[in-house]
Amino acid sequence: MAKNVQMKDVDLYYGKFHAVQNVNLSVPPRAVTAFIGPSGCGKSTVLRSINRMHEVIPGARVEGRVELDGEDIYRPGVDPVEVRRAVGMVFQRPNPFPTMSIRDNVVAGLKLQRVNNKARLNEVAERSLRGANLWNEVKDRLGKPGGSLSGGQQQRLCIARAIAVQPDVLLMDEPCSALDPISTLAIEDLIGKLKQDYTIVIVTHNMQQAARVSDQTGFFNLPAADEPGRLVELDDTEKIFSNPTEKATEDYISGRFG
Amino acid sequence: MTLAGEASTVGSALIRARLSRWSIAAIAAGAIAVTGILFATTPMQGQVGFLLVAAAVFVVAQTTASAVVEGRRRAKDRLVTSLVVACSCAAVLPLVAVLGVTIIKGTVVLSGSFLTHTMRGVAEQDANGGIYQAIIGTLEQVGLAALMAVPFGLLVAIYLVEYSSGRLGRVVSFFVDVMTGLPSIVAGLFIFALWILALGQSFSGFAGSMALTILMLPTVVRSAEEMLKIVPDSLREGSYALGIQKWVTVVRIVLPSALAGIVTGVMLAIARVTGETAPLLVTVFGNPALNFNPFSGAQASLPLFVFGEAGLPNETAINRAWAAALVLILIVLFLNIFARILARFASVRS
Repeated sequence: MAKNVQMKDVDLYYGKFHAVQNVNLSVPPRAVTAFIGPSGCGKSTVLRSINRMHEVIPGARVEGRVELDGEDIYRPGVDPVEVRRAVGMVFQRPNPFPTMSIRDNVVAGLKLQRVNNKARLNEVAERSLRGANLWNEVKDRLGKPGGSLSGGQQQRLCIARAIAVQPDVLLMDEPCSALDPISTLAIEDLIGKLKQDYTIVIVTHNMQQAARVSDQTGFFNLPAADEPGRLVELDDTEKIFSNPTEKATEDYISGRFG
Repeated sequence: MTLAGEASTVGSALIRARLSRWSIAAIAAGAIAVTGILFATTPMQGQVGFLLVAAAVFVVAQTTASAVVEGRRRAKDRLVTSLVVACSCAAVLPLVAVLGVTIIKGTVVLSGSFLTHTMRGVAEQDANGGIYQAIIGTLEQVGLAALMAVPFGLLVAIYLVEYSSGRLGRVVSFFVDVMTGLPSIVAGLFIFALWILALGQSFSGFAGSMALTILMLPTVVRSAEEMLKIVPDSLREGSYALGIQKWVTVVRIVLPSALAGIVTGVMLAIARVTGETAPLLVTVFGNPALNFNPFSGAQASLPLFVFGEAGLPNETAINRAWAAALVLILIVLFLNIFARILARFASVRS
């Protein structure tokens, strides 16, 4: 569990549109790496290339190497389905499956991979919900639909669903942007707890959040309107927020951007 | 009570004079009275005519009064509201009328024995006889057609929404659109020419089912396609991110989310072909006797029965046609209710 991620000379495209250029970075295991930067600079695109979700969009393609513990996930013959089992993802908007109960949502990944052992499913459901700090709130209504929960609870349900399949890496694409401050706090606490077991990469627009939850931070930027996004620098969070190497980073985090 | 109501006495810029409910009622009563006078003094007559003229007088009077008291914006609002309400009522009217007439005329001969007897050996002027053979025929033909068209159409819709990206998808989509407008007799003649003339098969319920399948297919494809399209991509991505294969995602996540809408679409398609007469004329042919086997020999069907009996110059035959039409409507109604219950159990929990 908890593998490291390396990106080497990665270029990302949507059809002819060159979205992100020449990303080189290293994500250590059992730590939180945050991606910050202005809208449209390619943070989410880079994130989605780590579990091959980028190519789900028609015309999207990837150049370069993305390695999971040294293994290139884009080399020919790699099954994206297997990659996604190893690299889970939580999305911006909570997306519980509307036709399923809370319990079935959590174990959806196992159930749809044909695990039918009821005792095992129940055990995984409880462990995952406890892991997502949601068990106490939902243990008496596991049969209720997932959509009946509040937004913050739904997002924790989605995190429970992601960790139920025991991935090596957990990607989070602005997981708190649709949530209120209290739910955000609950998710941030959860991220702090999860990083003991998982490699976490989180995209956020909230710089305080990046400063609070992450160990290292990467700043992405658009050099100009028609140019692809770039990774400006990636360093320890403390350094990025106190003494960044690049001036663009300093301008962005101090609010003097643009 | 003044025409302007009480609001006009308040001197606020935010409050405009309004017609009170009493003045609207008064205008309505006035419109009816004026129409009554018109009908008494001029050659105009008839109940429907009275209703139409009264409605027109009311709309004109209300708009004028509103323009005077409330101003132009409110007057326009009232005029358009009246038109919208009137058109909605007018749209429901034929449905209610058809249903009413069918119930009144259909219940004359509708009975247990009418439902359980056939027309074998029954002459057109005889009062006995029934539609058992036609009910069986219609259920078998439509059932077989649904059995072929629903899975077929669903697979096409899944291909179009989930898998196609290039030219083939656009071509398929175009032909589905073209097929939507296919006249039903053409579908019947196509099966007649292919199955009965070219391949030398006999008239049969199955031949009719194939014609009905051709008619159902585009409706099923289109409605299922629309329903699959509105399933948010976030659900598909959520499923992929768990390492679930695409086909499992389609079958276990996307289809269940769209099920209620798909069932409704399928029911509409079934309801539509249940009343088809023309294509059955040249494929099923009609049969006064019971033929349980849809794969061999001419069969009866409810629309064909209605068509045949209604053309006979006997009161008894025409009564049978009305009763059969009522049964046809009831079958479609029950199918609809059944499908809605089914969809409710299987669909999105909330």
